[in-house]
Amino acid sequence: MNSASTHFVPTSRVGIYEPLHQFGMWGETFKNNIGNGGSMNTPNHILIPNNQKLDNTNLSEDTSHGTPHMFDQEASTSRHPDKIQRRLAQNREAARKSRLRKKAYVQQLETSRLKLIQLEQELDRARQQGFYVGNGIDTSSLGFSETMNPGIAAFEMEYGHWIEEQNKQICELRTVLHGHVTDVELRSQVENAMKHYFELFRMKSAAAKADVFFVMSGMWRTSAERFFLWIGGFRPSDLLKVLLPHFDVMTDQQVLDVCNLRQSCQQAEDALSQGMEKLQHTLAECVARGGLGEGNYIPQVNSAMERLEALVSFVNQADHLRHETLQQMHRILTTRQAARGLLALGEYFQRLRALSSSWATRHREPT
Amino acid sequence: MDKVVRMSSEKGVVIFSKSSCCMSYAVQVLFQDLGVHPTVHEIDKDPDCREIEKALMRLGCSTPVPAVFVGGKLVGSTNEVMSMHLSGSLVPLVKPFQANLC
Repeated sequence: MNSASTHFVPTSRVGIYEPLHQFGMWGETFKNNIGNGGSMNTPNHILIPNNQKLDNTNLSEDTSHGTPHMFDQEASTSRHPDKIQRRLAQNREAARKSRLRKKAYVQQLETSRLKLIQLEQELDRARQQGFYVGNGIDTSSLGFSETMNPGIAAFEMEYGHWIEEQNKQICELRTVLHGHVTDVELRSQVENAMKHYFELFRMKSAAAKADVFFVMSGMWRTSAERFFLWIGGFRPSDLLKVLLPHFDVMTDQQVLDVCNLRQSCQQAEDALSQGMEKLQHTLAECVARGGLGEGNYIPQVNSAMERLEALVSFVNQADHLRHETLQQMHRILTTRQAARGLLALGEYFQRLRALSSSWATRHREPT
Repeated sequence: MDKVVRMSSEKGVVIFSKSSCCMSYAVQVLFQDLGVHPTVHEIDKDPDCREIEKALMRLGCSTPVPAVFVGGKLVGSTNEVMSMHLSGSLVPLVKPFQANLC
């Protein structure tokens, strides 16, 4: 009798042997023919190459019986149809699992794609509102990315949140001023708005310690805001000039006080500006000391480093000026006037940011 | 420190400064804008620079320079001077010492 060898047909080759179950039927016929030296059936020819490609793991039962014989295929089919069936079932199961995995993967891809679209929309919205979106994503920037400095990366993130909170407060002020609210409620809004600006100065001070050039450059602000840049921010006297016509009726004393404040601001700003000029001259002198062209300049660079520390104190002093201007306006004005002033100031900045955004996208508009 | 007391008690506006300090220069410019000619002591040119610095700090200055005295009394450093000016209290303080420009 034929040896009980089991030759399993690998799944991928099932297609060729589609009517495999027919071998079971034919197995009987072949067996009969073998003994009679009957002619080889076509399926035998097809089977021969298959025998050579058998998966080794399926041959565990064959080794003791020597090399597989082509007739053994039919023999095993006829003797172990259930083994074939089981293997087929396993293959079907494996194929099913593979399809499920692929489906899951595609679903994951779809979800990620949707999330990406969402993020892009958020970015666009933020840009429209005039936020400066750093981290090198903003194509309208000069490719300026300070994210290598953790202090600056933290500041940029905090500033993004600061702007969000600022916009919220401006909306609240607008609502509150159009309604009928008590002075107490108004006062708390004013206090919050003031505290919010003071918070910005605190953030800037920390950022200046991390990288004073970054704060001085105003790259964390939008382009139109940067146009008005003076030592890391706005000139307080300029802002007073912009806001003065927008206050409610003021008493003569108030008008006088605000004008005096504006003049004091201007004088203080001039003094700081001249101090900055002196710093520039001394720095330039320091860097250029010794023979320019000699090629070694480490001592000059080192001494210039010491000079640059003074820049931090100028940024801090300029913010101190902005802080004091806010305080004085708060002192001079009534609560309602202060609320209106803060609203006007906030919206002025919003308009500048919107201008920056419009300017940045002007070339994209079809004309 | 006697030297500091003597120097700070000089008439008018006295500013302790350093030749390299640009913030001290800014404060000086501010007083000049207000019509005052402050007396400026550049302590880095003084042999007793270290002691003067310590004395100024002990008197309550956050930084040794600039340290501003008006009429012998300590006003403070840049912060104090700027705050006073914006609140309108600096001009009355230095009024007696303003040079008559006409």
